[in-house]
Amino acid sequence: MSDIKEIGCDEALHRLFEYLDRELDAARHAEMEQHLHTCRACYSRAEFEKRLKGKLGALSVEQTPSEFAQRIRGLLRRF
Amino acid sequence: MTDADRAFFEQEITGLLDRLYGAALRLAKNRADAEDLVAETVTKAWANLHTLHDRLCFRGWLFRILTNTFLSECRKTETTSLEALAEAQGETDEEPAFSLFDQLHQPFLLWWSNPEQEFLNKVLREDLQKAVDALPEVFRLPVILSDLQGLSYHEIATALGVPIGTVRSRLTRGRAQLQKALWQYRQELTETRERAANDVHDLKTGEHHERH
Repeated sequence: MSDIKEIGCDEALHRLFEYLDRELDAARHAEMEQHLHTCRACYSRAEFEKRLKGKLGALSVEQTPSEFAQRIRGLLRRF
Repeated sequence: MTDADRAFFEQEITGLLDRLYGAALRLAKNRADAEDLVAETVTKAWANLHTLHDRLCFRGWLFRILTNTFLSECRKTETTSLEALAEAQGETDEEPAFSLFDQLHQPFLLWWSNPEQEFLNKVLREDLQKAVDALPEVFRLPVILSDLQGLSYHEIATALGVPIGTVRSRLTRGRAQLQKALWQYRQELTETRERAANDVHDLKTGEHHERH
């Protein structure tokens, strides 16, 4: 028998970002996973937020301008 | 520092440069300041490399230096603190959380289309950048640190010098504002397209009438 507590949609949505940010403890994380496996509406919402977060994450990588990369190489040579 | 230290440092910085520059560009919002921020971060990291005991943590450590360098520059130039800004921007006001998903998700359309997936497939990098850059500073920083740099709430709280609960609430409000901005850009684009389509239609109708 599973010890995982059942949670409702309100609770799942309330915890959604902490779940996506990997900030929930193991028990609460498992409750979220179980809810998302059984609720299509919350699963769709979670997938949307996850993909949007992934798109924002991609903003953290930017092609370094070549002159600036050269400046950094010069800096590294001086160390 | 040994030659091995130098080789390790050079290899790590070279490998992480695009990420470092990308994070700096989002924080500083302009190229010149971003470049200075990266150069200062690299210099500080080299000077403090001996304090890093576990080199597997190099990346997190380096991005913490980047964030702290940016924040200390902000504190030097800002006359008001982030906390005062938070008050001024009504951080304590309760407002219903805006959800882009709820705006896009229209169950009656789902049998033939999936508007939220379509939105994600089409959303432009420049619109995401614009929405992040437009956030009030007090929400922009936690959003960048969490969604772009992947820092934990605890790490963000330490970097910003605020309690974890504050990080949580600022992230919630920052993300809601960001989603609202993305929704507005989408609405503006739709309106522009509709206007253009109407203009074409009017033009064609006009030609049609002229011919008769």
